[in-house]
Amino acid sequence: MNTTLANLRPGEAGVVEGFADIDENAQRLMQMGVVEGMEIEVLRYAPAGDPIEVRVLGYSLSLRGKEAANVLVSRTR
Amino acid sequence: MSAQPSPATTPVVVTLGNPNTGKSTLFNCLTGLRQKVGNYPGVTVEQVSGYTDVAGRQVQLVDVPGTYSLAAMSPDEMIAVDVLRGGIVDMPPPAAVIIVVDATNLRRNLFLASQILEAGVPALIALNMVDRLATEGVTLDIEELSRRLGVPVVPISAASATGIDALKLTLDEVLRAPAAPHLVLNPALEDAVATLTVQLAERGVQASAIELRRALIDAGGYAEQRLTQRAGPDLEAMLAALRQQVGGGRNLATLEARDRYSWIQAQLKNVEERGPARRRAGVETADRLVNHPILGTALFALVMAMVFQAVFAWAAPLVDAIDYLTSALGGAVGAALPPGIVNRFITEGVIAGVGSVVVFLPQIIILFTFIIILEDTGYMARAAFLMDRAMRGLGLSGQSFIPMLSSFACAVPGIMGTRVIANRHDRLATIMAAPFMTCSARLPVYSLLIAAFVPERHFVGGLINLQGLVLFALYMLGIVGGAVTAWLISRLYWSRAKARFLLEMPPYRMPNPRAVLSKLLSRAITFLQRAGTIIFCVALVVWVLASFPREEQAPAGVNSADFAAQQLEDSYLGQLSRSVTPLFEPLGWDWKVTAAVIASFPAREVVIAALGTIYAVDGTTEANANTTLTSRIRAAKHADGRPVYTLPMVFGLLIFYALCLQCVSTIAVMRRETGTWRWPLFAWFYMSGLGYLGAYLAFTFGSRLGPG
Repeated sequence: MNTTLANLRPGEAGVVEGFADIDENAQRLMQMGVVEGMEIEVLRYAPAGDPIEVRVLGYSLSLRGKEAANVLVSRTR
Repeated sequence: MSAQPSPATTPVVVTLGNPNTGKSTLFNCLTGLRQKVGNYPGVTVEQVSGYTDVAGRQVQLVDVPGTYSLAAMSPDEMIAVDVLRGGIVDMPPPAAVIIVVDATNLRRNLFLASQILEAGVPALIALNMVDRLATEGVTLDIEELSRRLGVPVVPISAASATGIDALKLTLDEVLRAPAAPHLVLNPALEDAVATLTVQLAERGVQASAIELRRALIDAGGYAEQRLTQRAGPDLEAMLAALRQQVGGGRNLATLEARDRYSWIQAQLKNVEERGPARRRAGVETADRLVNHPILGTALFALVMAMVFQAVFAWAAPLVDAIDYLTSALGGAVGAALPPGIVNRFITEGVIAGVGSVVVFLPQIIILFTFIIILEDTGYMARAAFLMDRAMRGLGLSGQSFIPMLSSFACAVPGIMGTRVIANRHDRLATIMAAPFMTCSARLPVYSLLIAAFVPERHFVGGLINLQGLVLFALYMLGIVGGAVTAWLISRLYWSRAKARFLLEMPPYRMPNPRAVLSKLLSRAITFLQRAGTIIFCVALVVWVLASFPREEQAPAGVNSADFAAQQLEDSYLGQLSRSVTPLFEPLGWDWKVTAAVIASFPAREVVIAALGTIYAVDGTTEANANTTLTSRIRAAKHADGRPVYTLPMVFGLLIFYALCLQCVSTIAVMRRETGTWRWPLFAWFYMSGLGYLGAYLAFTFGSRLGPG
């Protein structure tokens, strides 16, 4: 099921399909391992609901909701 | 410290790696405290360099700030590429690169490493944190990894200083028989680079392969911008044709990331085995606590309260001790030397000047102890995660929170603390906002003026006190001033820059005391070397201005306090103050207030001592001095008999002190951290202007409402 990273709840995971817009932030995310085919899991939201913490390549990364909405994923769980 | 050998004979070795890999710990390990801190030319990026002995030969080590990729969107990010291609002024091409890699996070770390292996520079990999592999459940075939990557891989643990000798031995071998790895990930890209090299050479433009690779891949990036300036606007068409040829219409940055990560996947097959991480009870408890919505927030508040308390209160006795030692040393030296101008220069100028530098060390050391421990445990990233939403309203990110908080004690460590902020625009906005926070040097000024002039009225049955309310309002004024400034800078000045918050959340780790100590010493030395010299020089200049031209002897019948007041009035500083008094008349100040305020521009708390001298207060005992000063300024009159210190004028003066940048140490640190005089000068004019305006409005409108 195709959606964006921002729509995954904590505990849910998906496979990265690409980016809606390949902007500077998207390029940085790719350099840090958020690339096509990579598994990504949402660990938690900050108490204010934003930013979110995700796990990719075996390490944790936090990013803002707006940037997460740019990451296209297919939900796996 | 040994003499520095000439650069021609000393090989330069650079350290490069991702953030959070222990790179600076390794650097400190190799160089000890033989470090020099400067700036890379033309950018605001700090360059730390030092010397180390490798098999009996001196090697110069230069650190390149941590980065995840060689891709560059700004001049700052171009440093790594420029270092590798030997394009930094006064720095030869590196004889070798030490790629520092976190063994527990190999896949992401090898992204940058593979880019460096394409650069054609002799390299070796320092595989750091190998001591943590077992707990992470990772096994590595290091020999096979080295064979596949084509460079030596040395397992080390920088925090516990193990493997350093082996690393040096390997570095020695690389330096003796330099052989650059020549990794080629994308042959089509290399063909395009070769074509572009020829096309540029035809028009007389020389460019290195690594630069051209970035110009091709990072469309719109800094490498492309810089190359366009050199090669002309039709470079765009050449790049477009070559990009089409390489990517067939696909974005090359996307292809690079995909290709690189699949290459890494292949290299690590049968080399890295990931089993389940060993469960560590402490870490799991910590994780649950830190991330608990209520307990985690409470813990955060507790940690921040402790940092604030420490910088504010724990430093106080040490600051007092340094003040005491400085004046005791001055007294002893003054008594030992024959009286006269040399004596006064040494005691009041030099010794007091050194004291004015050293007095910042307690706060800097305490704040940085916290910052380093918070970073090394991994909590710093969590704190930024928690605070990000709240700070975003100001155009900042969560990483600005701790520097802002510490600026309530003192802006100097606060501004130094902004190095935790990854985004340079956020960092600049934070630096400009920090001096607005009510620092501990403003407090004595506030308490003197409030106690002397604000009536002690109580409301709500004594719960609210007018004096306390005024103090609170002054704190709020600073916060609002800082918030508006940060907002303006992030909004107006950098409207093009995208706010971003991509933050690696490093795993929880127990900090190593040795590593913490070495980072701490390195920070303290940096402060003394760079900001300390400026602070010291200004202290000397101010002393000279206040002491010359001097009258040698008190005339008969004039007591020493009156004589000191006369001396200050006649000094260059006094003359200067009187000449600019008309400028400050609209604020209700007479020349005495003006002189005290001007004398306190290098350090705002000096205003109290200056007022004491100007009003000829006999400072033999402190209690006596305070009561005398309060009664004298209460009685101060203009020439026409009106009182000087009316309530509107006092509120204006308080606002002036709340908003003005009267701190040469802050200016020196701003210069040091932004790498240019532009920002500190702008801050000085901007804040002084705001202070003047605030004081003018308070005085004008306050006087209209009636004095008192």
